[in-house]
This record gives sequence, C-alpha cells and structure tokens, in this order.
Amino acid sequence: MPGITREEVAHLARLARLELKGEELDHFAGQLDDIIGAVARVSEVADQDVPPTSHPLPLTNVMRADEVRPSLTPEQALSGAPAQEQQRFKVPQILGED
Amino acid sequence: MTVTDLVSYEDALASYDPVMGLEVHVELGTKTKMFCGCSTELKQDANSQTCPVCLGLPGALPVVNEIGVESAIKIGLALNCEIAEWCRFARKNYFYPDMPKNFQTSQYDEPIAYNGYLDVQLEDGETFRVQIERAHMEEDTGKSTHVGGATGRIQGASHSLLDYNRAGIPLIEIVTKPIEGAGVRAPEVAKAYVAELRELIKALGVSEARMEMGQMRCDVNLSLRPNGTETFGTRSETKNVNSLRSVERAARFEIQRHAAVLSSGGTVVQETRHFHEEDGSTTAGRIKDNAEDYRYFPEPDLVPVAPAREWVEELRKGLPELPRLRRNRLKEEWGVSEHDMQSILNAGAVDLIVATTDAGAPSDQARKWWMGELARNANETGRGLDELPITPAQVARVAELVAAGDLNDKLARQVIEGVLAGEGDPDTVVEKRGLKVVSDEGALSTAVDEAIAANAAVADKIRGGKVAAAGALVGAVMKATRGQADAARVRELILEKLGVEG
Repeated sequence: MPGITREEVAHLARLARLELKGEELDHFAGQLDDIIGAVARVSEVADQDVPPTSHPLPLTNVMRADEVRPSLTPEQALSGAPAQEQQRFKVPQILGED
Repeated sequence: MTVTDLVSYEDALASYDPVMGLEVHVELGTKTKMFCGCSTELKQDANSQTCPVCLGLPGALPVVNEIGVESAIKIGLALNCEIAEWCRFARKNYFYPDMPKNFQTSQYDEPIAYNGYLDVQLEDGETFRVQIERAHMEEDTGKSTHVGGATGRIQGASHSLLDYNRAGIPLIEIVTKPIEGAGVRAPEVAKAYVAELRELIKALGVSEARMEMGQMRCDVNLSLRPNGTETFGTRSETKNVNSLRSVERAARFEIQRHAAVLSSGGTVVQETRHFHEEDGSTTAGRIKDNAEDYRYFPEPDLVPVAPAREWVEELRKGLPELPRLRRNRLKEEWGVSEHDMQSILNAGAVDLIVATTDAGAPSDQARKWWMGELARNANETGRGLDELPITPAQVARVAELVAAGDLNDKLARQVIEGVLAGEGDPDTVVEKRGLKVVSDEGALSTAVDEAIAANAAVADKIRGGKVAAAGALVGAVMKATRGQADAARVRELILEKLGVEG
C-alpha cells in the first residue's frame, strides 16, 4: 500500500485553503492513508464485470424545459452574505500585493 | 513594465513552425441558465437573477436545461463530431469568487461531442481543415468588479464585488486538436476558424455569438518548434481574445515573442497571458495550474446524459446548410468574386441581401444598396447593418420603384435617407417628399426645349455629330427638374429634337 505522503497532504491543504501545522500534516497523512486503504478494499471484491459507480440510481436524461422560473430578489440573494456593496457580494482582496 | 522582445514575423517563421490550439467558449441563447430556471437576460439589476442552485446554497439540486443539451448536440453534429452515447458532468474545483459554489460544473473526460472537424476558407479561397478535439457543456461564471486599484484591475484592488447574474449561463467550450501545418498562415487560420465557427453557431440558431458582448470568447494556445521537428514546444495560453482581428494579432504576437525567447536560448514559460487591444501585445498572467489541481470528479447531483440515437438523428436532419457551403452557393448565384463575397461577409450583409432578394429584388440591386448607401450610413453612424431602421422588404420596394422607372438612383437614395430618418416606408417617403421621376412627356419636352435654347452652342455641337456633348444638356435638364427626371429618357429626347442618332 503506497502511503499518502506529508507533501501530498500539504498540497491538498493548499488547494483547499486549509492552514495545517507540521504535526497535523503527519496526523492527517496517517488518517487519509487508513481511509483510502479501507475504500481500496472495494476494488478487491469488485470484479471486471462491476463498473465503477458514480450515481447509485439507474437514471439518465433528467432534464428541465427551458422555462424561466422566479429568481430570488437581490435582497434575498444577499441576505446571507457577510458583506455587500452596491447590491453585490463583497469579497476580500483576491490577489496579494506581489 | 518591461518591454517584450520580439523578432520580426518573417524571421520567426524562417526558423520555427507554429502549432496552435484554439478554445472557444460560446454562451448559448437559452432563456434560462444551464442548471436552474433563472433568466439569462443581459443587463439586469445586479444579483436579480440568482437562486439557491446558481448561488450554490446547501441542499440545492441542479437539473440540466434540455435546450442546453440539444444545442450542444447540434453544435457537435455541425462540427462533424461523434455524439456520446452516455456522458456525465464533472466538478472542476477551484477557489475564486466568480463561482459561489467553489467549483464550475463542466465535463471532464466524457464530453458530449468529440472527434470532429471544421473546414474553413481562407481569404484566397483555399480550404484548411481544423480538427476538433471536443465540445463540452459547462456554465459561465459571475462578473467581478475590482475596487480600489488602478482602472479596475485586480492587481492592487482592496476588495472585489460580485454579481452572479451570469453565473450558470450555459456555455459550450469547443476545443481544437493541435493545428499543425498552417505555417506562415497560422494567424490567418486562427481568425478564419473563429469566424467560421461564429457563422456556424449563428446559422444553428443556438447563440447570437456576438464577440463584442462576450457571447463568444477565444483562448489562443500557441507554441513553436524548430522547423523540421515533431515535438511540440511549450505553449502559452492567451485568454479572452474577443474579436476576430484580435485572434489574428494575438497569434502573430505570440509567434514573434516565442521566437525571440527561443532564439536567444531561453525557455518559454507555460503560463496564461492577457491580450491588450490597444497595441496587440500580450503580458504574463498566472502560471498555469496543473489539470489535477482542479480535482475533477463526477458531479453527483446531475444524472448522466445519454442522448437517444433517434433524437441525435432527428437533430442531424434539422441542421441548416453549412455557412461555408451556403456562402459558396450564394457567390455562384450572385456571380460575385471571392473578394466581393468576403466584403459582403465582413459587412454582415449576407442574410440581409438574401432577405431582400426573397422580398423580390434582383440580387445585384440588393447588393448595391446594402453594400453602398446603407453600408456607408451604418459606418457613419457606428451601427451594424442589421441595426439600421430599414427592412429588407423596404429595400426591395425601393429597388422595385427604380426598376419601374418611378425613381432614379438619385431619388432612390433620398427615399432610403427618408426611411432611415424615420419618415415612414418608401412609398410614404416618395409621397411626402414628392420624389417621383418626372415622366410626364409634356413637362420633360418643355424642359428639354428650354435647355437647348439656353445652350445654343452646345446644341450646335451635337447637331454637328458630337453626341458626347449631350451630357451637358442632360445635366441642365436634371438640374431644372431637381433630379427628378429619367436621365435616359432626357437624353433620348435631346437627340431626337436635334435630329441626331444616339
């Protein structure tokens, strides 16, 4: 079983915008390893004739007619926003100074 | 800002062979968004067209727009693609506030259409086949406004404001395979491809594909390899090149820039670049994330799309004549040169001329008015031909009046001017302005007699056989009748009265 490395955890943490301390990286590497190991056992019992499943229900082509339905009002849409300005969602600086 | 080193285009092509990849995003003209029933109408109040689905609120359940799927299949078929028997949506994960969900719903390794081609015609008539890798369904992002920095740029901004009306509008992304073998014509091929694709999208009726409104956007990927070699060089991706002219300029600039880097022994950095309309240059953006950083995985909230073959075949049967074939057919029918056809196309006049001939005008008359008087007016007033307040039927009526001898060209121009000025339809303008050709033989005859009397010397010359001098008398009569006489008839009368054979 190839282990999840500390570097891989650090990479994932960066992508998920999580700030992890050194000991947490080690801790989660071990935990993730266990989880992936447990899930990997599914592959052991699934034979060639069992395709990977992404959707548990045998449904396809659930589509909607192209008809307009009422939207939220701007007030409702913005009601959960931590900050707003000019009827828009206000978000912190995206790029740093560099 | 550092000045970018360039080598001349000719020198670049003498040593290197360009390879391009073009990614075009088309915003579909559906009434609603791709995964929810919010309206797609443009220019509405900020955040007035959102709902729990396109805001990514917990528990919201997306459902795909049927016309979105249908449009994707139509585009795929028109691009000679295979249509997937079964395909899924995928989440493309990234942190950027233009998508409130923190992912874009897209397609990853199962695009709805793949493996096609589009034949494009270059200005000299030569055809170049561009291979299509795939066309897949996805959704547009929200609109960001950056506050506190210089001229609305993200650099130096203190914060940003988001309007999610556009988030979730259906997009089809069309990706070419590497375009090889275009050589010195690569920028021209890029432009011709985007132009052809735009015509195709419009002909299919799935989008108006107005590039100036962002309904169609192009990314130009480009790399160079030394002439005679096979391996691709490192590419740059120039984002959001939003006019046909810019596509050509961006490709050309990148060829010159890459050549300068490579010939001085440097390496090209794989990065996104921004195109600048003002001077046609590009500047570095962010270093490209690797594909795995997006952590694509199948979208669990949307069930797979499995277009029935009967549906696909039905859509195939309903495809319109391809623009390139239609253009060539019309060129033959109208008897115009490749160059004239190109001008008509560039002016956006093809459909208008067709509609005018459908309304009964001969094609040469329809072309003459749309490409002459009307094109001039459109230019002067900064409008598209299709935005002029005159209909093809009205232009056809003007042509009809000219053919019947009720109007001459000069009067017809005044009629058109009147229609454009909102004075009513052609007959009303003729009536109100009193623009009928004077065909009353008595009135004309008197005017001719007067002109002959007033220009005795000229009349003598004509009597003596100088028929060409009749032009001066025709001019005098036209002046006297304020341009409302039938010039050909006036000339006949003059020669008749002076006893000379025309």
